[in-house]
Amino acid sequence: MTAGRVDFAVVGAGPAGMAAAVLAAELGLDTVLIDEQDAPGGQIYRAVERAGDALPLGADYLAGSGLAAALRASAVRYRPGATVWHIDPDGTLSFVSAGASEAIRARRVLLATGALERPAPISGWTLPGVMTAGAAQVLLKTGDIVPAGRTVLAGQGPLLWLVAAQLIRAGAPPAALLETAPHRNYHAALRLLPRAAWPARRALLKGLALIREVKRAGIPIRREVAGLRALGRGRVEAVAWDGGEIPADLLLLHEGVIPNVQISLALGLEHRWDEAQLCWRPTVDPWGATDLPAVAIAGDGGGIAGAEAAALTGRLAALDAAAFVDKLAPAERDRRAGTLRRALRRELAIRPLLDRLYRPAPAVLVPADDIVACRCEEVTVGQIRRAARLGAPGPNQAKAFTRCGMGPCQGRICGTIVSAVMADTLGKPIAEIGAYRPRAPYKPITLGVLAATAQP
Amino acid sequence: MQHYDAIVIGGGLVGSAIAYGLSRAGLKGALIDEGDVAFRASRGNFGLVWVQSKGLGAPHYQRWTRLSADEWPALASELRERTGIDVGHERPGGVHLCLSEEELAERGARMEQMRNEAGNFGFEYRMLDPDELKDMLPGIGPAVLGASWTPYDGHANSLSLLHALHRGFLARGGTYLPNRTIDYAGVAPRDFRLGSGADQIGAPRIVLAAGLGNAKLAQLFGLSAPVRPQRGQILVTERTSRVFETPTTTVRQTVEGGIMIGDSMEDVGFDTTQRPEVMAAMARRAVLSFPFLAGLQIVRAWAALRVMPPDGLPIYDESEKFAGAFTANCHSGVTLAAAHANAFAPMVAAGALDPVMAPFSAARFDVPHAA
Amino acid sequence: MFRTRPEATGATVAVTVEGHEIRVPEGASAAAAMLLAGFSSTRESSIGGVPRGPYCLMGVCFDCLAEIDGVPNRQGCMVTVAPGMAIRRQHGKRAAGVE
Repeated sequence: MTAGRVDFAVVGAGPAGMAAAVLAAELGLDTVLIDEQDAPGGQIYRAVERAGDALPLGADYLAGSGLAAALRASAVRYRPGATVWHIDPDGTLSFVSAGASEAIRARRVLLATGALERPAPISGWTLPGVMTAGAAQVLLKTGDIVPAGRTVLAGQGPLLWLVAAQLIRAGAPPAALLETAPHRNYHAALRLLPRAAWPARRALLKGLALIREVKRAGIPIRREVAGLRALGRGRVEAVAWDGGEIPADLLLLHEGVIPNVQISLALGLEHRWDEAQLCWRPTVDPWGATDLPAVAIAGDGGGIAGAEAAALTGRLAALDAAAFVDKLAPAERDRRAGTLRRALRRELAIRPLLDRLYRPAPAVLVPADDIVACRCEEVTVGQIRRAARLGAPGPNQAKAFTRCGMGPCQGRICGTIVSAVMADTLGKPIAEIGAYRPRAPYKPITLGVLAATAQP
Repeated sequence: MQHYDAIVIGGGLVGSAIAYGLSRAGLKGALIDEGDVAFRASRGNFGLVWVQSKGLGAPHYQRWTRLSADEWPALASELRERTGIDVGHERPGGVHLCLSEEELAERGARMEQMRNEAGNFGFEYRMLDPDELKDMLPGIGPAVLGASWTPYDGHANSLSLLHALHRGFLARGGTYLPNRTIDYAGVAPRDFRLGSGADQIGAPRIVLAAGLGNAKLAQLFGLSAPVRPQRGQILVTERTSRVFETPTTTVRQTVEGGIMIGDSMEDVGFDTTQRPEVMAAMARRAVLSFPFLAGLQIVRAWAALRVMPPDGLPIYDESEKFAGAFTANCHSGVTLAAAHANAFAPMVAAGALDPVMAPFSAARFDVPHAA
Repeated sequence: MFRTRPEATGATVAVTVEGHEIRVPEGASAAAAMLLAGFSSTRESSIGGVPRGPYCLMGVCFDCLAEIDGVPNRQGCMVTVAPGMAIRRQHGKRAAGVE
């Protein structure tokens, strides 16, 4: 398999990936942008190019079209519909595109794979009709599709309010919004407010405006909801909580977003458990560089900070890549980084407040024993606990004992749950328990496509 | 200090089978193991309980393997009864596919040699032609020119086996000490003490079953375990309806439905990175063998390090300097699980290896001194 | 349980879901088409035989597996509809494809 060579290969066409690729091409790097979706935007700007009447989605979403246009106009070799299945520590990327596997050798690979929703493991969460809030957004963005029946939104975090507002504007107001943020979150967050208030004023005002919009639409809101569960036979029929129950045709869950660390974990990069964001984060330097000279990380995949911050860290990574391949002098790189870093500081100002305000309740990370932890292999929390008591010291041994993490999602959904449950069972911090070690293929590849790359 | 009747270092398939055997023999055992991210050959295993190709030129190893394969069904039932875990053992016989005339000729010769060496122990095999293979292995492709088959081969779920052995060991009063590094070892005949963090354990018997870790560890105990890593990669497909029951050396279907593809070998040191070229070569051979496999998705794959002695044959030894110290090293932890639990463990319990184990000693590697 | 907004003016594509024809927006995924056709589940799982449907709709959860144009176990949310696409629910383990 002889690999074509490039200076810079970016994985992921969200804000970080697009911004990085565009800047890198401007700086004269031979750049390739690989993304599994058909069109640029990642998840946050998904289908932004086709956005016609995007009023329900809002101005922030539409802002993404600028990045997409810049990408199209640039010299970046953009490869949509391409799924990366292996990355070698030396920078060789294997991906499947149009039914064939190709390899590219990059001097620097930038992982810009973004975030995914934190799993919200409640009783009945595997019932058809239970989805993430982001799923509803995807339907709205890609097809102007909205829920038709009684929709209940449950959980916490800015996206919950955003989706509620978007559904209202799209003519499909939810029947109820159940917020799970515990009372103590508000008190703790209040203490962080003075520090965050001025630098994060825009984000704060936007957030308050969204909440006001949802209230003004008359959506019934319940706060401090605990004991959330989805009820029904064969599909969701009702949503219950401690002290209440309502019928539902669709339950949209949201407990925040966490970095998509699947590829960074598979590469064996160092990760640390972030106690403030309750997620794994890869260890990177201020440029997004990792221990592997050929691999860097930008965007939410390095730590949740939002779309604006993602574009900034993407550009910082592009500057660093340019210096790395000797197309930019280090001093020039540092000079150009100045404005980016100042803007980044502003974007990060609200994070501590948001992290504290929307810190998931303990049951989100450590659910009750009978709740499914690994959806793919239908392994319960109780089974994970038993594996830990049998002596499994971490998720990889628990995987060997219970099959959790062996399904097609390769632990993307259950990873944080399994680590947290084992930590709780063994009385150790999550940082000590560790994370799954996923392997290639990062996404499934057929034997036929793989075989076709073999030298006879 | 905690006193035990026996300490086993290494909680993989070899160590846990021995520990299980010891606990079944009534000994109070401690099984000391490393952490969650470790080389762990046991987690990389293909799952064959294989006799067919083992021990060419080494009848003692052929016999040891046959003994284990013959006792496997009873071990599997016993584990299911005691732990509730079904290790998915099936013994329909096994096949080695040949994709060229050379391979076929070489294989036939190998089987004939195995039969000759087996002597009155017997070794039954058949060379199958493509028509016979079609019945046994639906979907076999035209590139397969023939195969060797013996009735002794089978397969099992290696991870379920590991789970069951651990459970069985604990159920019999064993103590499992995971996540340990050995900081201190006090070594004297029939008096072994280990320090690990705050723990101090001691026993008159100790078994080194730490896989690749044995190479260094052995020296402390007056033993030699010159094992080296050999990388093997495995691919697993999405679950499908049952296609074949007979395992082959490179393709087998698990009870759950996924099809496993394996048997690569690379000498790359302590490196568990996956190589797309090797994965592609494995996929190519698999698709040549069974064309329908082309449409199946690989959902999981890994690379693991086999524990490989210099001649590929197991090393079983007891320390001359420190009586009571033993070592077990092999790359066939699944196949030999029954032998380890039923034959090796009792020898350890009794305090000495049976003379029949002498050919497995590491002494066979000693270069004879000039006269 | 899902519908297209009346304001949606984009082109539509005709696909079949469980043999019944339905027109869906051209940017929609096969999973979205199943949801529009009224199916909350895309399959019965291969382990417990329980109904499962889309959860994340972004290619991470692998719960929206369906048979698309005769190929089983495809992530419905990662396949964009094309004219004439045949989308079917998946029942447990896929067939291996041996004739």
